[in-house]
Amino acid sequence: METFAKKRLEAFIESPVLHRFIGILESQGVRGYSVLPVVSGSGSDGVWSREGSVTAAGQMVAVVCIVSPEALEPLLDKAFAMLSRHMGIVSVSDCEVMRGDRF
Amino acid sequence: MHDILNLAGSNLLSPPVLFFALGFAASFARSDLEVPQAVAKALSLYLLLAIGFKGGVAVASHGLDTKLVSTLAAGIVLSAAIPFLAFALLRIVTNLPRVDAVAVAAHYGSISIVTFAAATSVLATSGIDYEGYLVAVAAVMETPAIVSALLLLRWSGANDDQGENANASASELWREIALNGSIVLLTGAFVIGWVTGEKGLGDIAGFVVDPFKGVLCLFLLDMGLVAGRGMRQGARDLSLPLVGFGIVMPLIGGVLGAGAAAVIGLSAGGAMLLATLAASASYIAVPAAMRLAIPEARPSIYLSLSLGVTFPFNLTLGIPVYVILGNIAGS
Repeated sequence: METFAKKRLEAFIESPVLHRFIGILESQGVRGYSVLPVVSGSGSDGVWSREGSVTAAGQMVAVVCIVSPEALEPLLDKAFAMLSRHMGIVSVSDCEVMRGDRF
Repeated sequence: MHDILNLAGSNLLSPPVLFFALGFAASFARSDLEVPQAVAKALSLYLLLAIGFKGGVAVASHGLDTKLVSTLAAGIVLSAAIPFLAFALLRIVTNLPRVDAVAVAAHYGSISIVTFAAATSVLATSGIDYEGYLVAVAAVMETPAIVSALLLLRWSGANDDQGENANASASELWREIALNGSIVLLTGAFVIGWVTGEKGLGDIAGFVVDPFKGVLCLFLLDMGLVAGRGMRQGARDLSLPLVGFGIVMPLIGGVLGAGAAAVIGLSAGGAMLLATLAASASYIAVPAAMRLAIPEARPSIYLSLSLGVTFPFNLTLGIPVYVILGNIAGS
């Protein structure tokens, strides 16, 4: 089966900035993305956990999307401008998809 | 004085405070007790709905008058002014970086709706009347502190290198603050209670009145767990002067709130509640706003201080003190 080379962007970001990040994805024409809850974890800025939190301030979420290689660079520029002051990690990896016209 | 000591004792031994203590102790003992996040969220929504609705009903019964408007204005002024006082105090007694000091100061200008709920519960148990519209004052005190924090940020030069970035997202920030879920629900439930009045309360009393104290206990169990965890994790970031600030600042706020109540002419119960609002520190609306506005500020400091020091202090020892202040200031 033929597959198509794409880029998989995975961002672990603070819950309060989720709407802003999704706004960037949509403004860059990203039609599909998934938001996943992050149960708990630890990083250079400390630990976080979803359990029992009364505020979104201490929570993280993961956003995963697949984009075409040419769409990646402008998307990363926008994402960096917004996320550079915040906690989180953005990673990019190569992936193959079956329906290339969807990304 | 004997009555006040009795009240302090009965407050410490009341179910809500004891459930908070249970959660706090369980967290310190590293028990695996936990309240799932979805349940904690649902409890929080219930409390906001019930508090807002009952406050609206109280205004419908009481009607609008100059005292209500004066109390709302006093709440806004207190919320806006306290962060400046807190920031100055923090800069004098601690060596916190400015961004952290601004974020902490914002928390102390805003309010804790659960401390307010616990205070109303104490008044109800003690048979002390209060002006029901104080819940509307709680709603208006949520955000002025955030405005003050942003002004402090600009004036103190704490965020100079981020000026362009901050301005670019200012309108978005204000939209997000105004539409913060807790503020929308509290205000919306208040308006619904106001519109539907006593008849509306009669229709849903079985939901918003009878289970309230039990739900408050479960929520405070969770708050105890969160506060204990926050204290454990934030202990290395909280210096002794900072912990002292977390205890002294609510007392200063309480005195200011009681003073404003005396000027307005609120009842003893109303003065106690205004003192409690001015004394409490936010842990829902402001932390989220600070993550957006001042991401450089460390949540391990402002959340640990607000949740791990000031909230337990207010719940256990602060509320009886505010009852005394209310008795002195109230008419």
